[in-house]
This record gives sequence, structure tokens and C-alpha cells, in this order.
Amino acid sequence: METRWQHAIVVGASGGIGEQIARKLCASGTKVALVGRREDKLRRVAADINGVSLSLATVHVHDVADFGSAEQVFEDAVRALGGLDIIVYAAGAMPLIGPTEYDIEKDAPTVTANLIGAMAWLNLAAKRFERGRGGTIVGIGSVSGDRGRRGNPAYGASKAGLECYLESLRNRLATLGVNVCTVKPGPVKTPMTEQRGRLPGMIGAERAADLILRAAAKNNKTAYIPMRWWFVSKVIRMIPSFFFRRLNL
Amino acid sequence: MSSSSLSYVYRPTTEEGIIDAFEDAEAFGLPVALKGGGNSYGDAFQCPEGIVIDLTRMTRILEWSPQTGIIRCEPGVTIEQLWQYTLPDGWWPPVVPGTAKVTIGGAVAANIHGKNCFAVGPIGDHVLEFELLTPTRDKIHCSRTENSDIFYAAIGGFGLLGVIFSVTLQMKRVHSGLLKVEPVSVASWREQFSAFERLTGGGQADYVVGWVDAFSSGASSGRGLVHGAWHLGPGEDAHPEETLRASAQALPDTFAGCLARSQLFRFMRPFVNRFGMRMVNAAKFRSGKRESGRIHRESLARFSFLLDAAPNWKLSYGKAALVQYQAFLPIERAPEAFDRIVGLSQDRGMVPLLAVLKKHRQDSFLLSHGLDGYSLALDYRVPQKARDAMNSLARALDEIVLENRGRFYFAKDSTLFLGAPAAVWGEDAVAEFLAIKRRLDPESVLQSALFTRVFGTVAPPSVSAPAEERPQEWEQPSTVGADEDEVGPPPWALPGESEGKPR
Repeated sequence: METRWQHAIVVGASGGIGEQIARKLCASGTKVALVGRREDKLRRVAADINGVSLSLATVHVHDVADFGSAEQVFEDAVRALGGLDIIVYAAGAMPLIGPTEYDIEKDAPTVTANLIGAMAWLNLAAKRFERGRGGTIVGIGSVSGDRGRRGNPAYGASKAGLECYLESLRNRLATLGVNVCTVKPGPVKTPMTEQRGRLPGMIGAERAADLILRAAAKNNKTAYIPMRWWFVSKVIRMIPSFFFRRLNL
Repeated sequence: MSSSSLSYVYRPTTEEGIIDAFEDAEAFGLPVALKGGGNSYGDAFQCPEGIVIDLTRMTRILEWSPQTGIIRCEPGVTIEQLWQYTLPDGWWPPVVPGTAKVTIGGAVAANIHGKNCFAVGPIGDHVLEFELLTPTRDKIHCSRTENSDIFYAAIGGFGLLGVIFSVTLQMKRVHSGLLKVEPVSVASWREQFSAFERLTGGGQADYVVGWVDAFSSGASSGRGLVHGAWHLGPGEDAHPEETLRASAQALPDTFAGCLARSQLFRFMRPFVNRFGMRMVNAAKFRSGKRESGRIHRESLARFSFLLDAAPNWKLSYGKAALVQYQAFLPIERAPEAFDRIVGLSQDRGMVPLLAVLKKHRQDSFLLSHGLDGYSLALDYRVPQKARDAMNSLARALDEIVLENRGRFYFAKDSTLFLGAPAAVWGEDAVAEFLAIKRRLDPESVLQSALFTRVFGTVAPPSVSAPAEERPQEWEQPSTVGADEDEVGPPPWALPGESEGKPR
């Protein structure tokens, strides 16, 4: 696969898409700093990747809600890697929200993990890439961010916010050779979506990771994962609001 | 094939500044690389996430004697500064590379060679003495008689032993600012080498350089243009006081009277690809044929510093990388091996856009690229997607060079593999170099990306704590994890060395 990146940070690497992205990067020889909350899981992933002789993956325990400490962890990770070419922010949260539930206790952590944490980490990466004149930033948005649907208001809002934030980064950094890639997966089978059972058009995390890295390697600006969601999303976005309200989407 | 890296850059102007940088490196546990003009093609001055000491602000000329031609200067003095300073007195640097932007410190550390290498050797052969400032803050005076082991190791040591702090150099007497230049068009490798042998033989030219059209194949393979050049003797130049003036040497600011030289690379860009360079090479060969044998005079700077004719020429490669591969081969093996090297590149679809042939001679430096033979420098244009192909081509070329007892040159290299030094110079020479390094730099503070790439990874220097905070006894390292690297066997031990452990 792609070998242009030598040093990568994956935030949210202890499971789901992040873990698969880390594995894929390591498989092509990239050194990866695994950042995540759950140390035991990170260690297991790292041990799995490194086997007995390699030292491609390093472990950095960090909770994205604790954005004050992101800078220190970021610097440690970059030092351990010996550079940075790509950062993937794959941490995210999606609690189950009932149709009549309005609970800031659930919404605030969602926004923190999906948006505030991303800003903390990607700001650091942007600053570095701006100085180094190059790099790749990958943020994981969602098709849920395309339209304010009934299901999970905070999740959709956080992903829409992330998309806008990434667009701003792109506009700031494009002339400096920094590629900012927003990927928007449809339902992916990960621990985050586990409680919701099987969703329509769901794909495996491994395939999602593969498509995401391909999009990043091609310097795509926005990519739906897989591509068919581009069409679906286009249609959904064209539905006029007065009609959309009546749909159970 | 490294790309870019970020480091903490220190730009000292004095000895104290260098010491400050070393102290910071120790305090924060960071590795250090030394940088001069930054003209190495590879990673000799890079130190990802570490400290880079950029010596280009140390530009004082400390002593100059126009009677003897001996000059002592700080490491950041560039070759350009040097010749502009000494030429009016009738002295020219004994060895100059293709660009005058290199610093003297870098030149000595890389032990650079010029188009006159076959006659006068690399620049190290003209260094009388230098001071070496080691990471332990010792200032060691080195010459052929004093600390001679360090003298022979630090020249060509690529800044891995210490900062070359002040250099004393013997300049070359010249009687004119002009050279007599003879172009010789050659139609094959055989003619190429016979032209070299003729020019470097009796009635020896002072400088000889060959350009090779690497696109040519079959019977015309190796075709190109050889330039021989002679310094003018006393009296040959009617107005030496005119031609020796620095201003008489300067290249005009514009090319062909209208194109700004600094923007020339933009016009080169459309041609820097396989098709374009095939045309350029063919056109150059044809025009070379016409001018062959027409002896003319050219200024020293114009003849010597071809790379400065188009400043920023590397930018003409656009987004693709420039990888230079320079192979040094013994005289009897060179013709056949170079033919194979160019042929293999063509077979793999990666034709060098530019190829330059030079003749060399043996010297006595420890890790020297010099040998009695020839070198061929090949410039490859490597787009992102061809990087793997380039690496595998480089491996194949390495094999050809090594089986012919050839050598490599770190200043040009960005593809060599881990363990290459032992394969080129033998385990003993490498062990000797590393033993000197251990003596001068026990914490292995000086670790450029080049060093870790070809010599191997070393544990980062341990973070120093104030003495009272240190444990009374250094604990013996436990046998787990990365701690192992900190004490015990020499950290840079190569695989295969008895006490080292494979990495």
C-alpha cells in the first residue's frame, strides 16, 4: 500500500476505525503513535502490531476530553516518532439517545470527543505542518453531519462542526502544501455503533480504514466512505425542509 | 530517501553559542546534527526532532597571509566568501565543488572533491590543521602530526565527531582569473574514458569533468562532452590584475541578457522530465560536437560553479524528489560497471536526467570516498509514486558498486542502507571510527539522520540531572525495554560486532 508517510499519529487508536487505520499504516511500514484512552487496549494493539521484533507502534495514553494535556502528549508522540507526516483524528463518541431525550450530560461529552478534542489535536498538528510546509490531516466526519436528523442531535451537530472546522484548516493551509482530508463514513461496524445493531449499508472497520487512507493518499478534500454515500447524501440534502420534517430519517 | 524534518535550529556566532546548544541538547536529551551551507543532497545535516546547529553565521576570516596562501577561518565561511577574499591576492581554493555556497566547515566535514580530484585529492589533503569542538566541550587541535587519528577521521567524518571550529587551509597560487578550457566531444564510454586518460595523463589538465548523456544507449551509450581546463601560467594572461578581481568573476545577473538568473529554474521546470531531458541531453551533445576542440578561456568561477549558474535549480524538479546516486569505482572496473549502472537504470525506466563523470585518487582519510578511479554522479527525478522503485534500483546499484569494490559518498547519498559503511570500508575501519566517536562524544550527542540511517540507531543522550539529584549509584539497567540501550554495550554497536546486539 501507500508508503509516503513515515510518521503518523492516530488519535483514538484503541478500537474501531482508528485501530484499523493504525494497523494499516504500520503494515506499510509507517511508524505510528497510538493515542487513546484505554491503555490496556492500546498496549494490546501495539503488541499485536510490533510482534516480537518491530517497534513501529508506540503507546500514548490520553483522554481527548482532557484537551489541556494534548500538547504534552502530542510532543511526546512526535519525539517518539521522530517526525510527523500524517495525523488521523479518529476519536469519537455516539451515545444512544432516545427520541424524546434531551440530556446535556450525554451531549457535552459527545461534542467534546468529536469536536473539541479534534480541535485540540488538529490545531497542534496544523501549527506544526504550517511550519514544516507539508503534512496530511485526516478528520473523520460523518454522513450524520450533512443534515440535522432526528436521531442524535448532538452527534450530528458535532460532526457538522468538525467538517466546518476542517474546511477552515484546509483554507488556511492549502497553499502551504498541507492536505486536510475530511472523510465521511456511513455506518461502520465499530464498538461505537455496537449498541445500535446492524444498520443499513454498514461496512466493516477494516474496509473503512482502507478507504479512508486511500482518500488521504489521493489528497482528496472530502470523501464519502464508501462512495455510494455521496449519492445518498446528495439526495438527502436536496429534500426540502418542510418535507424532511415529516420523514422519519 | 528522507524528505523533510523539523528540528530546533541554533545559529551560533561564537564558541559560547555552540556550547550553549550542546548544553541544551544534554539538558533536554536531544540529539544534535551540524549544518553548514545545507548543500548535501541527503540527510547529513538533518536531525528530526533534535537540535541542528547551523554554523553559517560563523563567517569570520581569522588569519590570511597573501605571502604563503595560508588562511584560517571559521566554519561558516563559504567557498564563495573565501575565493572573493583571496583571489585578488592571486590565490584560489585548492578544491572547489560545483557550487560555491558550501561552507568550509561542511566542505572539510564532507571532505569534498572537485574536478581536480585526480591530481590534488580532496580538500582534506589541503587542510593544514583545524580545531575540533566536541560535544564534551573540549577543543582539540588536530593536524597531521597532532591528534592525527582525529584529523584523519574528522575530515570526511560528516560532523559526527565534533564541530570543525576553525580551519587552516593552504590555498592554491594562480596567475590569472581565467582558465584555458578545452571541450572534447565523445561518442561512447570508450571515448569518454580515453579522453579522460589523455587529459589527466601527460601535459596534465588541472581540471577534468565529463558530462554523460544517460539517455543514450547501445553503441552511443556513454556519449557526452569532456571538459579539460588548465590554469594559466605566469605571463599567459596579459592583464591578471583585471581578471583576478572578484567582480571580473561574477556571473551576470541575467541569463541571455534578459532572464533573471534567480528565476531560471522556473523556465527549466517544463524540461525536467524524461522527454524534456532526453531532448536537452541530445541537444547538448550536438552542440558539444560543434564546439569540440575549440580551446577558449573562461573565468574560474564560471567554469567551477556550474550549479550556481541557475540558483535554486533543485526547485526545477517541482514536487518530485531529486535523488543523486554517486558511485565511485576503481579505475579498471569503472567502464564496465558504469555502463551496467546506466543500463540498469534505463531498463527500470528510471533514466538519470544528468550524469557527471569525474576522476579521483586515493587518499588517507578514514572513511574516505576517494579511490584511484572514477565516479559517476547520477541525478534521478523521483516522483512520489516512484520512491519504492528508486529504492529498489538503488539497492541493485549498490550491489554493482560493492561487488566491484567501489565506494559511496555521504554528501550525495540518500538511499544507502543500514550497515553500508562496514560493507564499503570494512568492519575494522568502521570500528576505528566509532571508537574515536565514543572517545570524543561518549553520550553520542551527535547523531544526524544520516548517522542513524547508515550506522544504526543509538539511544538518545540521557537527560542530565543536576549532580545532587542523580542517584548515588547508577543502577545497572534492567534487561527489559528500551533502558537496555542506555548503558552496557556500545550503543552504536553494529550488528555482528561481538558485544553488540542485533537491532
